[in-house]
Amino acid sequence: MDTLSLLAGGFAVALQPMNLLWALVGVTLGTAIGVLPGLGPALTIALLLPITFSVPATAAFILFAGIYYGAMYGGSTTSILLNTPGESASIVTALEGHKMARKGRAAAALATAAIGSFVAGTIGTLGLTFVAPPLVDFALRFGPADYFSLMVVAFVAVSAVLGASMLRGLTSLAFGILLGLVGIDLQTGQARFTLGLPELLDGINVIVVAVGLFAVGETLYLAARPKSGGSVIRLEGRAGMTKEDWQRSWKPWLRGSLLGFPFGALPAGGAEVPTLVSYFLEKKLSKKPEEFGHGAIEGVAGPEAANNASAAGVLVPMLALGLPTSATAAIMLSAFQSYGINPGPLLLQSQPELVWGLIASLYVGNVMLLILNLPLAGVWAKILTIPAPWLYGGILVFATIGTYGISQSWIDLVLLYLIGGVGYLMRRFDFPTAPAVIGMILGPFAEQEFRRAMTISAGDITTFVTRPLSLSLLIIAVLLLVVPLLLRLRSRTDHKA
Amino acid sequence: MDRLRKPETLLALGVIALGLLALYETTQIPVSPMYARVGPTAVAYVASALLIGLGGALLVQSASGRWVSAPQESEAEFDLRALGWLLLGLVLNVGLIGPLGFIPASMLLFACTARAFGSRRPLRDLLIGLILAAVAYFGFAGLLDINIGAGLLEGLI
Repeated sequence: MDTLSLLAGGFAVALQPMNLLWALVGVTLGTAIGVLPGLGPALTIALLLPITFSVPATAAFILFAGIYYGAMYGGSTTSILLNTPGESASIVTALEGHKMARKGRAAAALATAAIGSFVAGTIGTLGLTFVAPPLVDFALRFGPADYFSLMVVAFVAVSAVLGASMLRGLTSLAFGILLGLVGIDLQTGQARFTLGLPELLDGINVIVVAVGLFAVGETLYLAARPKSGGSVIRLEGRAGMTKEDWQRSWKPWLRGSLLGFPFGALPAGGAEVPTLVSYFLEKKLSKKPEEFGHGAIEGVAGPEAANNASAAGVLVPMLALGLPTSATAAIMLSAFQSYGINPGPLLLQSQPELVWGLIASLYVGNVMLLILNLPLAGVWAKILTIPAPWLYGGILVFATIGTYGISQSWIDLVLLYLIGGVGYLMRRFDFPTAPAVIGMILGPFAEQEFRRAMTISAGDITTFVTRPLSLSLLIIAVLLLVVPLLLRLRSRTDHKA
Repeated sequence: MDRLRKPETLLALGVIALGLLALYETTQIPVSPMYARVGPTAVAYVASALLIGLGGALLVQSASGRWVSAPQESEAEFDLRALGWLLLGLVLNVGLIGPLGFIPASMLLFACTARAFGSRRPLRDLLIGLILAAVAYFGFAGLLDINIGAGLLEGLI
């Protein structure tokens, strides 16, 4: 069957009334979560993971995908009105968007962000639709050794390439891999790292780790800092985008989309790089570069589009290869596990209804988000006026439900707070948290492929360098580690000379 | 400068300590000879070694002064009082959720957290915490079909 007829089948799934409802709940919740500073889609999906025990897989993934896309829309509202990005990828949007809001052009900034997100989300989803199937055909030829090497590339890319420091990124990754090892080894039945606690035999739950790092850690960090009350800019007037705004926005939307998608689809997922690149590109191409820094609309339109397109791009390796490259994608991957569905290249063949229904619901969700965000921008802005004491009190109450609800064991709560403490330290000392989550979830898969490859090769470790594909992937991983180091060394010696 | 770098050094030592603990625990995993080649310990050794190695590198970085946190971090004052309230809330929550149930424990957690974030009206916060916890308990738990510790209050309703 060709892609278009599969997609049509997907729409038949996505347009069922119950699934439309799940999508609507997802995008609404996602937008609200995106607006709230400090809450992100990864945390929200983690808290909702228990839903996988009571609803069908398709419904759960439509809900999760709605949250994922919705949070991208909501994040821009916070950056523009509060100058505190709701999620990391909206940092660039805050640069020009907040300046526009201060000049009384908040409505126009929100509109260009929402329409740009729609354009980019749709282009990105189109990209996903047509890139994923050929990628699967290619990946079906992968053996366990190749798969292991591909995961090594993903590990290195998410921890060493992005972020301020390679060392801190890798440390975060190693911590995550260690967490992922806790519990009974499925192949041999041996308990690992359980410290003698029977509660740890089943391993540490993803929910505990995600909620600990993202909710408890963040709350501890913010409580320990001196409070600085950021002021929310009131959204006034009905004035949306003028004709000039449209003329200055549509090209940045398209350029941002084309830029963001490949960045997201490569193993080095993440929206920080493409949003920054888009910002500087638009600054360079703008007819009014002098406006940059004072509220240029291109500086909102381009990065916001890049942000959303890369969010769609992240779903390509996730659905086609079972390879998560962001914390949110990693948590979605663990949802597949809880349905007993094996993520990987066979997913598209074994679960066509689920995957194509999910992709179709992304198109539907984008339309819903455009409708939700354009006329209702004021309603979302209201969420920002929730006082911090109640917001963080509420976050901790929900964190408790999410954790205690799994097992009714206070040990899980203690574990949650311990991981929250680690999350606090990571935030305080600028360690990225995404590698820890990815390491924890992808680590066990990598170990499985490693052992499988070693079994096939009868214990010969050279299997990883004698298979051409595996060797090329490992070379890429080494280059990703070494090239930035060399560049840094060179710039340091240049500096001295 | 030395004073400012100290937390980073401690953190690096902590990473090394975690790696050493992992290494010790790895040596305690029994390995049957059948799986001797790639048994349950191979990746565990790798993870332990990574943590020790990376911790060592972080230590070198902090000792040579190349790892300095962003200025606003090292200069920011540490709000001990707020952190104290928050920790009190967390401890109360763990301690009381078993004997009293989810709603009272959450109510206290909410009020303590609100206090940590500068709220000065504990009675109002307790009331909001009660409502929020009740809504969360019956809404969220019902939706997700999960069982959250029921105590006195939950049983009454």
